[in-house]
Amino acid sequence: MTDAAVPLARKGSRAWRSLRRNPSAIVGAVIVIPIILLAVFAPVLPIADPNATSWTAIRLPPSAQYWLGTDEIGRDILSRMIWGARASLLAGVISVAIALVTGVPLGLLAGYFGGWVDMVISRITEALLAMPFLIMAIALAAFLGPSLTNAMIAIGLSAMPIIIRLTRGQVLAVKAEDYVEGARAVGLNHIEIMGRYILPNIVPPIIVQATLTVATAIIAEASLSFLGLGQQAPAASWGSMLNTAKNFLTQAPTYALFPGLAIFLVVVGFNLLGDGLREALDPREN
Amino acid sequence: MTAPILSVRNLTTAFRTEEGWREVVRNIGFDIHAGETVAVVGESGSGKSVTSLSIMRLLDPHQSRISGQVMVQGRNLLDLTERQMQDVRGNEIAMIFQEPMTSLNPAYTVGRQIAEVLIRHKAMDKAQARTAAIAIMERVRIPNPDRRFDQYPHEFSGGMRQRVMIAMALAARPKLLIADEPTTALDVTIQGQILDLIKELQAEYGMAVLFITHDMGVVAEIADRTVVMFRGDQVETGSTDHVFRRADHPYSRALLAAVPALGAMEGQGQPLRFPRVDMASGAIAPLPPMARPVDRSAAPLLSVRNLVTRFDVKAGLLNRPVSAVHAVEGVSFDLWAGETLALVGESGCGKSTTGRSIMRLVEPRSGAITLQGQDVLALKGAQMQAMRRDIQMIFQDPFSSLNPRMTVGQAVAEPLVKHGIARGKAARARAGELLDQVGLSPAMMDRYPHEFSGGQRQRVAIARVLGLEPKLIVADESVSALDVSIKAQVCNLLMDLQERLGISLLFISHDMAVVERISHRVAVMYLGEIVEIGSREAVFGNPQHAYTQKLIAAVPVPDPDRRLLRRNTPIDELKSPVHPLGYTPPRREWRNVGQDHLVMV
Repeated sequence: MTDAAVPLARKGSRAWRSLRRNPSAIVGAVIVIPIILLAVFAPVLPIADPNATSWTAIRLPPSAQYWLGTDEIGRDILSRMIWGARASLLAGVISVAIALVTGVPLGLLAGYFGGWVDMVISRITEALLAMPFLIMAIALAAFLGPSLTNAMIAIGLSAMPIIIRLTRGQVLAVKAEDYVEGARAVGLNHIEIMGRYILPNIVPPIIVQATLTVATAIIAEASLSFLGLGQQAPAASWGSMLNTAKNFLTQAPTYALFPGLAIFLVVVGFNLLGDGLREALDPREN
Repeated sequence: MTAPILSVRNLTTAFRTEEGWREVVRNIGFDIHAGETVAVVGESGSGKSVTSLSIMRLLDPHQSRISGQVMVQGRNLLDLTERQMQDVRGNEIAMIFQEPMTSLNPAYTVGRQIAEVLIRHKAMDKAQARTAAIAIMERVRIPNPDRRFDQYPHEFSGGMRQRVMIAMALAARPKLLIADEPTTALDVTIQGQILDLIKELQAEYGMAVLFITHDMGVVAEIADRTVVMFRGDQVETGSTDHVFRRADHPYSRALLAAVPALGAMEGQGQPLRFPRVDMASGAIAPLPPMARPVDRSAAPLLSVRNLVTRFDVKAGLLNRPVSAVHAVEGVSFDLWAGETLALVGESGCGKSTTGRSIMRLVEPRSGAITLQGQDVLALKGAQMQAMRRDIQMIFQDPFSSLNPRMTVGQAVAEPLVKHGIARGKAARARAGELLDQVGLSPAMMDRYPHEFSGGQRQRVAIARVLGLEPKLIVADESVSALDVSIKAQVCNLLMDLQERLGISLLFISHDMAVVERISHRVAVMYLGEIVEIGSREAVFGNPQHAYTQKLIAAVPVPDPDRRLLRRNTPIDELKSPVHPLGYTPPRREWRNVGQDHLVMV
């Protein structure tokens, strides 16, 4: 109660404190952080070269030498999993970030200003939504050229329309609250109102949607890799590993198991983190 | 004496919370006999609605625990299975709720919803149910029941929907009707009609009625006996007359003292503060009237001339305007420094739109607004932001008028920073002073709005606008959602601030009794127009326009002698202010009946 010069100074620390005490955030972090660390430190870890093939060790089950076994051309699955985590996490996180950075402002503008701004943004969004998510991602990726970066852009742009629509709807609901009109009445301008009064109040559903989209994006990257539009061979991603592994389900069932499990864990981890973040940001949850 | 219809003994209800079971209603006990009305009154959180829901067993069984006895016709309802309860609900006990707009199913016709009760409980076939339902609709005075049977809820006004709810409730001829705030959401003239209807039907069917309300005026008009609840306890039970005149419990006396009564201001020249009431001891200390006189020889602070605000109603493929809501039509008035002008009227009369038009939160179509000699409608950009310092607004709903993601300290400091009055530590310090001025502790600055009660939030909203040192505050139903004791405190705060700082108030309200207390002058609005304007004494003491008279007569007064009163007002609905494009409103003339008391001819 003593100082805190700027009143805004407390908010971040309160949310952070609450996040550290939140059980779902902790579980989410326990799942996600080790995977991120593994991905980041892949080059310095004492693991086999992910692209080194061996004709003597094809489709081996897990063993002391190959902890998770080997794939159809004798590469070490563990080391491919760790290197593949980079592509998959990037695809998941960056493409969702692209969707948020483009979608949230457009949704805000459409919902806040209404009129012709809304008309233009909403009609285009509807047209984009009419196209199935994956078809659009494939079309965009093909147009941009095959590479992981372009795949992330394509996935991000394909996920954007849903974010726009969600944001717009939330803005319309919050805009009707008295405090927004009150903010106009004390003389705040549009940017201040959008930034301080509307955005903080529409964050929760957007976080939920974003964490779900991380999962979709990881799987979409897998599909693009399968078509040769995402991660380029021989570099690994979980999606491309899963895609190859499905051809050997009967011969080497554990091959498909590990990338599948990894995708599952990351998705669960991000969802839990998102839940925790949503609760931590809401002052009413304490 | 015959056995009571409903006999409640030791009713205790507990809710599951994170800290375990918490009792919200304790040891309630009362009887209701046939033909009798018992009112349960109390402020929000007193447990009055929980009591009625417990009797009907409508609470979630996993989250609540009910003990005691609820005897209806020799059976304890609390011992029945859920299946048996379904035969009791709607059949032996019926219930009507507060919000007529959401308590009907919008997907089915009104007639079908009434008929359903008859088919379910009286084993009628469809044709019989239709005939019976039409008869009941006629009984609750819904005009043209044959035609309206096949209409959907959205085609009914609020008052008419509440009649439909009553028809549904009464369809199975229940022995007990539970009415939970049935008139709270209705306009005052409609409220009078609904109270009349309930009294009439009760006399005819000999029903017992359990009436839940916070409005002491309604209690005085309808209840034979009254139960007063306070924080989950039944503090007083007795005849309405006894409770109103010789209440035993200090809380009952305090509650009654805090209620503004229409007509209590006769002979008072100045607005009068509500007496200070100590809720614990019931001691009442009158406070002085406003001392600061209004100087009407000076130029008015705010001058509004022929203000017109309309909203287009758009339809069709191209979304073209097809008609317009004439929300504000030719409104003119003056407001002097340090004066309170009340705009009163029923929902949809344009009183809020008038306030918002003056602040240019909505753009008026035409007219002139002058604030301290400056033409408000001509302002642009920065000048407009500056004008927004001088006129401030306080809203109705304390639960939606503060940003839930900002601490109250931030909320109060924000306008200061925005207008460059103070920044950083100074802004924070000033915010503390402002909170102190409205009776809150500056130590509460780092809390979020959800940690405050409704009255406290309204104080925060006032502190937020006070920092800008506004000349005029538009208070849009700012005390309407508050409990009586809190309402009195917030009104007193507004009067204190006006006296100290010379702020003018445009007090928008539908609550005639509060308006009588707080205002210097009153303007009555109907369908977008001011039909009567004058000093408070003149408008309340000598109302000239037929609508003003009707409005004043409809207000329930907390006086048990008026219990047998029937208003017999004709059943009508508020007319619509929607007109086709190109409609020219008629020219209006005002007659001066003395001392600037103007009445529309």
